Parts: sequence; structure tokens; C-alpha cells
Amino acid sequence: MAVLEIRDLTHYFGGLCALSHLDITLEPGTLTGLIGPNGAGKTTVFNLVSGFYRPSRGEIRFAGRNIAGLKPHQVTALGVARTFQNIRLWKDLTVLDNIRIAQHHRLGYGFADAVLRTRRFRRREAEIDAYARELLEVLELGHVAGELPKNLPYGLQRKVELARALSVEPKLLLLDEPAAGLNTADVEELIRHIRWIRDRFDVTIWMIEHHMDVVMELCSHITVIDFGETIASGTPEEIRTNPAVIQAYLGDDEI
Amino acid sequence: MTSQPSSVAVRPDGAAARSTAFQRWSVPALTLAGLAVLLWVGQSGALTKYTQTVIMFMAVNVIVSASLNLVNGYMGEFSCGHGGFMAVGAYVSSVLGVLLFAKDRVFGPPLLPPEWALVGFPLIVLVGGVAAALAGLLVAIPSFRTRGDYLAIITIAANYIVISAVENLDVIGGSRGFMGMKRVVKAMGRAWDLPWMLLWSFGFAVFTLWILRRFVYSTYGKGVMAICQDEVAAEIMSVNTNRMKVAAFMLSSGLAGVAGGLFAHIVGYVNPGSFGILKSTEALVMVYLGGMGSLSGSVLSAVLFTLLLEALRPLQIIKWIVIPLLLILLMQFRPEGILGNRELADVFPRLRRFFRFK
Repeated sequence: MAVLEIRDLTHYFGGLCALSHLDITLEPGTLTGLIGPNGAGKTTVFNLVSGFYRPSRGEIRFAGRNIAGLKPHQVTALGVARTFQNIRLWKDLTVLDNIRIAQHHRLGYGFADAVLRTRRFRRREAEIDAYARELLEVLELGHVAGELPKNLPYGLQRKVELARALSVEPKLLLLDEPAAGLNTADVEELIRHIRWIRDRFDVTIWMIEHHMDVVMELCSHITVIDFGETIASGTPEEIRTNPAVIQAYLGDDEI
Repeated sequence: MTSQPSSVAVRPDGAAARSTAFQRWSVPALTLAGLAVLLWVGQSGALTKYTQTVIMFMAVNVIVSASLNLVNGYMGEFSCGHGGFMAVGAYVSSVLGVLLFAKDRVFGPPLLPPEWALVGFPLIVLVGGVAAALAGLLVAIPSFRTRGDYLAIITIAANYIVISAVENLDVIGGSRGFMGMKRVVKAMGRAWDLPWMLLWSFGFAVFTLWILRRFVYSTYGKGVMAICQDEVAAEIMSVNTNRMKVAAFMLSSGLAGVAGGLFAHIVGYVNPGSFGILKSTEALVMVYLGGMGSLSGSVLSAVLFTLLLEALRPLQIIKWIVIPLLLILLMQFRPEGILGNRELADVFPRLRRFFRFK
């Protein structure tokens, strides 16, 4: 079964049509790209999928279930995690706390347990802590566990945000411009990193990206939108040679 | 999910470290010692009644500032109607106490034997807290959609609503106020001659800090800090922000209700005027004086502020020129408050060797 199936997704902001008739199917384990010029509605798509907006029309099926209209935390609890275009870590909580808090949907205890320090609370807190530390070690972030994100360099903040998204234990990972602000060397590393994450965590990845080399290198399928309309969809090779795409997005020159 | 991050040893540092028996028992021992000292103070008459009242006000203020710090400091919302919740707690517990344990002109003879007040008193204070927590729910709901200035206005409105509701309820005295709580306190003293109000004020203050500390230091409670720092990220990273806000607002206002109940029984008389916007402002001053997001800061500032209020009492109305002036100076020279968002043990790490407060 497809991880994500989007049918006829349409969204209006007031009278402005931000997205119209989007159709996408993501198969398990694939890496898919969503590209388009600035203001094309890419982030709107992610905001719709993660429950931040309620779609004006259309269906979003995650693992067969229609998630349109669910609250963001409910969508996340089902297994959809995301990162943000501009990093949105909790900058004054330690990296470890950032990872711990993203496990809120499977805490398994409530207010009374926290105050009374019940057996269940102590067991779950130990598990949450162990999980967070392990995840950081696996992602080679163990050395920054006690740091505050605001004190970390930009590239590390991006990695921590990715770690936080992974601690949700997602089946679908939405990456909003993961390469934004990275230099060429970092981009190379990011490409390896994303592929490794897909295999290691067995997760389906859907990414918005402006770096063409990242998208062309990583994605097996790419959707191009412009002014909310889908103008092309296919393999990197097809997109590269599609005249509509070249005109709308890549300019008149060949790439 | 098939691939868990695996087989990496958990590093036993920081929070995972085991604490010694000394660390574990020093806080309970200090609490007991505090109660013993207060017991001695109350019984021996070593301190005047006035000084004892000041100590009780300190305890009440500790509850007020620590509980408001949860919403204004840890969660980063701006609630400024704390006085209203104190009023709810004060009136509910007072009316309940007088109804159950004291003879009253309006309510008639007590419904229960007065000596039961010994057990009943903490319960009526807690019932007052529960009532205030339910009132807090009413403020939590608009906070789902509103933040910042607008929520501040809503909380001020809630404060005024409570006050004018009480003013218009003649059965509990209206704007003249309500009394009879001294008889409840006396009934406790007759049943067993101990300085009950001193002990309970101190006990509830410790209880407040204990419950808040445990809440804020659990992964569950840290959701509140995530909301403070980035609410959108919190919601999208699986924190049920609405539920966390309800929890934080209800806990905060419930504890304010407890403070109100204690205050009413310490003074022996309540009127709506004592829980107006000035009371709420005092609570805000204490939070910002101590530092947002610092429980030990709230305790320090509550103690200092109570002493300051008493020290400046001879100035009478001029007090309310001097105190805002001090606040302006504080904001000029140390805008983060005494401790900022750190705890005492963060400022003096050596303290960690001696205690653990979790």
C-alpha cells in the first residue's frame, strides 16, 4: 500500500488559490522531490499534509487513512514527521530534551504519573532517555547532547532538527529545504546522510529542495508545481528535459 | 518501525547519575526541620504574632509566584489575572469552612463537629484549589487561539469577572467581604493546640514547589517549555499543545486557589478588593523579580517581596511609588530577574552535592 496518497488536493487562502488539484502517490521506501519556483505552494503542501492547514478540497491518505482535518500532533503521532525551512528547534532546551520532547505522542503516562513518579513514569522516562541518547549516538550527535541548539553551528542545527524528526519514529519524513544554507561540502554530506537515513530508519522521504543537484541525485520521482498547479511529474531525466519545467523554473537555458 | 537505533551504550552522565542517600534525604529532612522550627516558634511565643503572620504571607507568596511562573515563565504566556483565581480559592474554602466547622449568622450552626476541622482544613483548602483550577479552564480555552497581549486582556477580564461576581453575591457578603474563618482556625486549635496556620502555610508551599518541580522536569511537562520556545514546532513534533495548556493553566490557577484559601484563613477575613488587579500585579512582580522559568527564583523573590512590603509599610501609600520604582530599576539593570531562567543549583553547582529536589 502507498505510504501517502494525495488526490485532488486544493487549498485557498481567502480567494487566492495556493494549490490546485495536486495528485501524488508515495510508495514505501522511496525518495521523492517536490520542486518549483519561490511561492509555488510547496511549503503549503507540507503544511497541509502535516495538518497545519485544513485543505479546502481533496484527500490526503496516509497508510490508507484520510488524515485531512486531523490536528498536527495527531498526524505526527500516526508517523509523519517533518523539518522546517528555517530551523525551528527549541533553542533554549538541550539537544537531548529536544529529542525527548518529540516522543510526546508515545509517552505512555500522564500528569498524575509525572507528579507521583509512579513505576510506569520512571520506566518510561528511562526508556525515553535511553532512546534519545542512542539516536544521537547513531546520528553522530552524541557529543552535543547537553548543548543548547542556539550555541551550535548552523549545519549541526540542521542535523539536530533531522534527529528530532526521526525520534518521532516516522514512516514518512517531510524535509523542507534540508540543504538551505549549506556549503558545497555540506551538501555532499547531506546527500549521503539522507540516503543513509532512508535505509537505516526504513522511512519514506519527501523533500522540497532548491538545490537541483540534491534533488536530481536523490529522488527517483519529482513533482514540479508552479502557482499551485502541477506542471510536470516524472523521473529526474524527464524533468530535466521537460520544456514546461525549464521555462517555469529553471529558466530558458539548459541545465 | 523496523530499525531502532541500536547497540550503543547509554552514557551514564548527567541526569542518569545515582544520588547519594544524603542528597536524597536532605530536602525531606529540611522540610521536617522547617516544620519543627515553626512548631517551636508558634508554641514558645519566640516571635510576635506579627512576625508569624509575615512568615505565613511569605509562604502564600511563594505559592502565588511559583504557580504563576509556570504559565508566565515556563510556558511564556502572559496571564495577569492570578488574583482572580486566588479569590475563587479563598471564597470557596472560606464558605465551605464556615459552613462545615463554624457557627455563623447566615449559615447557622456548623454541619460537622468543629473539631473535625483538624482533618477538614487541608481538604477545604484543596477543594478551593480545585474550584480555582476549574476557573482556570475558562482562561485556558481562549489561550488556544490567542497569545500575548490579547490573552493578557482576557485574563484581566477574567479577574474582573470574578471580582464583580463576588461583589454581587450578597449571600457571601458582597463587597463588604466575608468572615468567620478565624472560628475555623480556632476550632483546629481547640482540638489540638498547635500553630496550625503556620504549619499548613509552610506545608502547602513545599507541596506547591514539589508538584511544580516534578511537573516541569518530566518529559511530559517539558512540553510546556517547548510551547514557550516554538509553539508551532511543539504541535508539529507531537506535543498536544491544547492539552498541555489546559494542564498548565489548571495547575497554575489551582495552586493560586490554594494560596487564596490559606490567605483567607490567615487574615480571617476576605473581601473582593483584596484580589483585584493590584494582587495580580504583585504576583507578576514576583515572577519577573525572581526570574521567568526559575522555581528557586520565585521562592527568593516571594520572600524578598514580602519583606519589602512589610519594611515599606510605614510609608503607607507612598509604598506604591517606591515599589514600582524598584521594579523599573530592576528592569533597567537586570531585566532577566534575580536568577533568570536558572535554578539556584545552576548558579551554585556545588549545591548539587548536598541535595536533590525532584
